[in-house]
Amino acid sequence: MLSKGLKRKREEEEEGKEALAVDTWWLDPGHPAVAQAPPAVASSSLFDLSVLKLHHSLRQSEPDLRHLVLVVNTLRRIQASMAPTAALPPVPSPPTAPSIADNLLASSDAALSASMASLLEDLSHIEGLSQAPQPLVDEGPPGRPTGGAPPSLGALDLLGPATGCLLDDGLEGLFEDIDTSMYDSELWAPASEGHKSSPEDGPGKEEAPELDEAELDYLMDVLVGTQALERPPGPGR
Amino acid sequence: MAGAGGGGCPAGGNDLQWCFSQVKGAVDEDVAEADVISTVEFSHSGDLLATGDKGGRVVIFQREQENKSRPHSRGEYNVYSTFQSHEPEFDYLKSLEIEEKINKIRWLPQQGAARFLLSTNDKTIKLWKISERDKRAEGYNLKDEDGRLRDPLRITALRVPILKPMDLMVEASPRRIFANAHTYHINSISVNSDHETYLSADDLRINLWHLEITDRSFNIVDIKPANMEELTEVITAAEFHPHQCNVLVYSSSKGTIRLCDMRSSALCDRHSKFFEEPEDPSSRSFFSEIISSVSDVKFSHSGRYMMTRDYLSVKVWDLNMESRPVETHQVHEYLRSKLCSLYENDCIFDKFECCWNGSDSAIMTGSYNNFFRMFDRTTWRDVTLEASRENSKPRASLKPRRVCAGGKRKKDEVSVDSLDFSKKILHTAWHPVENIIAVAATNNLYIFQDKAN
Repeated sequence: MLSKGLKRKREEEEEGKEALAVDTWWLDPGHPAVAQAPPAVASSSLFDLSVLKLHHSLRQSEPDLRHLVLVVNTLRRIQASMAPTAALPPVPSPPTAPSIADNLLASSDAALSASMASLLEDLSHIEGLSQAPQPLVDEGPPGRPTGGAPPSLGALDLLGPATGCLLDDGLEGLFEDIDTSMYDSELWAPASEGHKSSPEDGPGKEEAPELDEAELDYLMDVLVGTQALERPPGPGR
Repeated sequence: MAGAGGGGCPAGGNDLQWCFSQVKGAVDEDVAEADVISTVEFSHSGDLLATGDKGGRVVIFQREQENKSRPHSRGEYNVYSTFQSHEPEFDYLKSLEIEEKINKIRWLPQQGAARFLLSTNDKTIKLWKISERDKRAEGYNLKDEDGRLRDPLRITALRVPILKPMDLMVEASPRRIFANAHTYHINSISVNSDHETYLSADDLRINLWHLEITDRSFNIVDIKPANMEELTEVITAAEFHPHQCNVLVYSSSKGTIRLCDMRSSALCDRHSKFFEEPEDPSSRSFFSEIISSVSDVKFSHSGRYMMTRDYLSVKVWDLNMESRPVETHQVHEYLRSKLCSLYENDCIFDKFECCWNGSDSAIMTGSYNNFFRMFDRTTWRDVTLEASRENSKPRASLKPRRVCAGGKRKKDEVSVDSLDFSKKILHTAWHPVENIIAVAATNNLYIFQDKAN
C-alpha cells in the first residue's frame, strides 16, 4: 500500500543549493528516495502533489476545511523553502477574482472560495505544473503582475525569478507535460498557436463537455488576461 | 518523559491478558461503504454499547446478565436496538448533499427507565429515546383487538383493560432534532456534567445547546476570521470537563488545545489556558503541522488530565501545566520516515481517536493494519494488539504484535512496508468500569475482555 519512492520528474535544476539542504528535512538519510533522487526534485514533486491535493479539495462540493487548511499551510511551507531568500509578504488583500469563482467552487463560503480561487490562479502561473488542469502559465518577467490576476500575488509570486530562466526555451516547453485530458484539446491550444487565434474565437469554437459555463467564463477571463500581456505592442500579432 | 515503543507485556494494569470475546458485522471481503463503523461509545454504566455507521444507522448492543446456566456467555453483548438515525439530505440552497454518516454518539446519563443518546452527522444532532416495552394493554372498550373502532352504540358492557406481558420490544424514537446551527462540519458533541446542556463543535464554531430547546443555541467559540483568506487553523475536537460544567476544551489543526471557562465571558474566544508543546527542531519537516494536528481530545475520568491524539502519538496533559504534556506515548513512530508517502495517499489526514480506561490508569488508541495500542500509565508498559478474524476463537488470548521498522525482521514481526493502510482502527472504546474494550475495524466491531473478567 505504501509507495516506497516518490513521484519523480525530470526537470531542469533551477533550485539552488539552499533548496537541497532544506528539502531533506523530511527524509531520513536511510530513506530510499534520498539515494535515488536529488532532494530538489523531490521538493518540486511535493509542491506539485500539494497543488493537486488543493485543487482536488476545492473541487469537492463542500471542501473538508481541515484538509484544505492543512494542505494550504503545507504548500506555503514548501514554497517558502523553495525560495528561502525571498521575504514572505503577508497574505494578499481580498482578490479581484470575480464571483465566477463562487460558481466554480459552489462552496458554502463565498469568501473562502474566492480566496482559494485566487490562490489557485496564482499557482497556475507557476511553471512545471504539469498535472494541474490549468495549462496557463505566467510568462511575464518576474514581479510584473499578469492581467486578470489580483494585483498582489503575495507569497506565491516567489517563483518569479525561477520562471524567468525557463523562458529561454520558449513557451512550448512549458506545455510539454501538461495533462489536458480534462479539456478538449481544441479549446486549449498550445501557446504558440494561441497567439494566432483571437481570444474571442477561442472558447467559442468548442465546448468542452467537462466544463460548465461558469468555469469557461472564469478560464476565459484568465486566458484573455494572459494573452493581453503576451501580445507584443503594435498592430496584429 | 516519553513512553518507549515495543514491549510484549500485557498492558492495562496488573498483567491483564486480553482475550477475544465477540465480533459483530459481516465477514465479506467486500465491505459496503455504508457499513463502515464511524463511532463507538459505551453508556455510562457500560451495559449498552452503541455504534454508528456511514449509512446513518445506529446499532445498540446490550450486555447480557450473567447467567449461571450459561456461564460461558460471560456478559456478552447482543443487539438491543437498531435504527436509522440520519438520512442523506440535500441542501437545496447550496446544492450540496449532506452525508448521513454518524460522526459521534454520546450517551446521556440514565435518569429513568428509558435511555437517551445524542447522535450527529455533519450538520444535525438528534436526541434519541430508547425505551423498552414488555407489556401491552388488552381489552379496550372502544376498539377491538385488531385496533378497529367499535361502534359505541353497540357497547353494552364496560371492562377494564388489563396489561399482559409481551415479547420485549425496544423502540427508538427521535425526541429532539437540533438543526441549522452549523455552517461547517460537526466533529464533536459533548454532554455537560449538568445533564441539561451539551456542546456541538464544527470546524470553526462551538455551540451550546439546552437539551430541551431545539430552536436556538448559543455560540460560545468562533474562530472564523473576518477574512477567510486568513484562515489557517480549524477546530478539530471539543469536550466538556467531566465535573466542572463551566469548563470545556477544544483542540486545533495546529496541535494546540484551548481550555475555556464559560463563566469568564459569554463568548469564549479568549481562552483561559493554552496548551502547546514546543516543536522539536530536530524532527521538523514539511509535514510537522499536519502530524501535530490533534484528532481527538478526552478528559480523564478524574478530570485532572486530558489526553490528545495527533498522528504519531498520544499525549497526556496535566490541566495545571500548559507548557508541555506530562506523558507522550508513541503510537507508530516507524511511520515518521514514511510521511511523504502517507501524505500522498492521504493517510496522514486520518483521524484517530483515543480513550481512557475507567481508572485512568491506561489509555488506548488505534493504528493501521488493524492494530491498536494500549499504554499502561503506571507500569509504563505498552502493547500492540490486532483485531482480526484469525484471532477470533472464543476466549483466545491476543498475542502481542510487533512492527519491524527496519533492518532484519524477526519471526512474528510485521514489516512496515507490509502494513495494510486500508485497515485502520480509528474508533475504540473502553468500558467505564471493567476491562472490556470495543474496537471498530472498518465494518466489524470486536469486543475483547480481560481473561479475569
